[in-house]
Amino acid sequence: MNRYYYDLHIHSCLSPCADNDMTPSNIAGMATIAGVQIVALTDHNTVKNCPAFFKAAKRQGIIPIAGMELTTSEDIHVVCLFERLEEALRFGEEIEKHRILIKNRTDIFGEQLIMDEEDNVIGTDEFLLSNATDISYDDVPEIVSRFNGLCYPAHIDRQTNGVIYTLGTLPLKPNFNCVEFHDKEKISEVTEKHPVVDGKLPIISSDAHFLWDIRDADAYFELDDEPYSSELVRHRLFEKLRCGF
Amino acid sequence: MTVGQISEKLELKAVTVCDADRTAEGVYIGDLLSWVMGRASTDDVWITIMSNINIVAVAALADVACIILAEDVEVDEDVKLTAKEKEINIFTSSKTAYELATELSALI
Repeated sequence: MNRYYYDLHIHSCLSPCADNDMTPSNIAGMATIAGVQIVALTDHNTVKNCPAFFKAAKRQGIIPIAGMELTTSEDIHVVCLFERLEEALRFGEEIEKHRILIKNRTDIFGEQLIMDEEDNVIGTDEFLLSNATDISYDDVPEIVSRFNGLCYPAHIDRQTNGVIYTLGTLPLKPNFNCVEFHDKEKISEVTEKHPVVDGKLPIISSDAHFLWDIRDADAYFELDDEPYSSELVRHRLFEKLRCGF
Repeated sequence: MTVGQISEKLELKAVTVCDADRTAEGVYIGDLLSWVMGRASTDDVWITIMSNINIVAVAALADVACIILAEDVEVDEDVKLTAKEKEINIFTSSKTAYELATELSALI
């Protein structure tokens, strides 16, 4: 067993609200400096910067996870993670069909840059990425599982786009084994108020939109990594997330 | 009718008033920001109970005449600052969305 520090919720410059300095390469570099070993890239409703992030992460020696922060039709954010990049990309194609297309106004929301691993801009998304899709909160797990992914509600301790604030509580259905917290100090308070959260595996992640939001290594999992390979570590992480506590 | 006149008639409390002479042509009520974003019309009075900072971006995108926060919803300082920067008119009222809308229907 070895301790792996993680941050499973980071936005790149493809998310409109994230800083343009959040390039795949800079994120990998900053995570390395922060001492975080497993990092998921989770842009709003897209996975298009994941390929570049995988290459940049490999260069830095950190373990990348391909993910997405999906906005449901109720404006709730759900973190979706995939063990394989290819499956994440296919999931991304599926989500394209469910987006509600509103032209992005870069003066209001910011740019949406698709990058390669060398920080070159190779494209942009002209439609706003962060707004709601037509997928309901109830339907997310089924769609994600079609691509062998897993998912859980994002930052349930936050008002903005958190499930508890939006729906009043964490509903019993769909059942999630994990829930994400932005602040670990809020876990006991939220659990006390909403006992349904008790027993779920708390994932603590930064939801970083700026390089300085990437926190020093703190949240970790103990994972059995013998014989070591990054694929095995990633697999053990997914096993952990799938079973919850 | 202008936003300033509406504010007076409905006895609204001003949070940020950047253009009191702007004319309002209709009303939209909604709290789910993504929903409002695609449906509120230019020059609408937008009534909501959502006070998150993202209301400023949505109001700018939809180009509404003003936001009225119903039922005395409180506004954080960062919302006020961003609203001033983006020149968004924001008011609050102790009335419910329904009460505000019925009064507005007699005016607009």
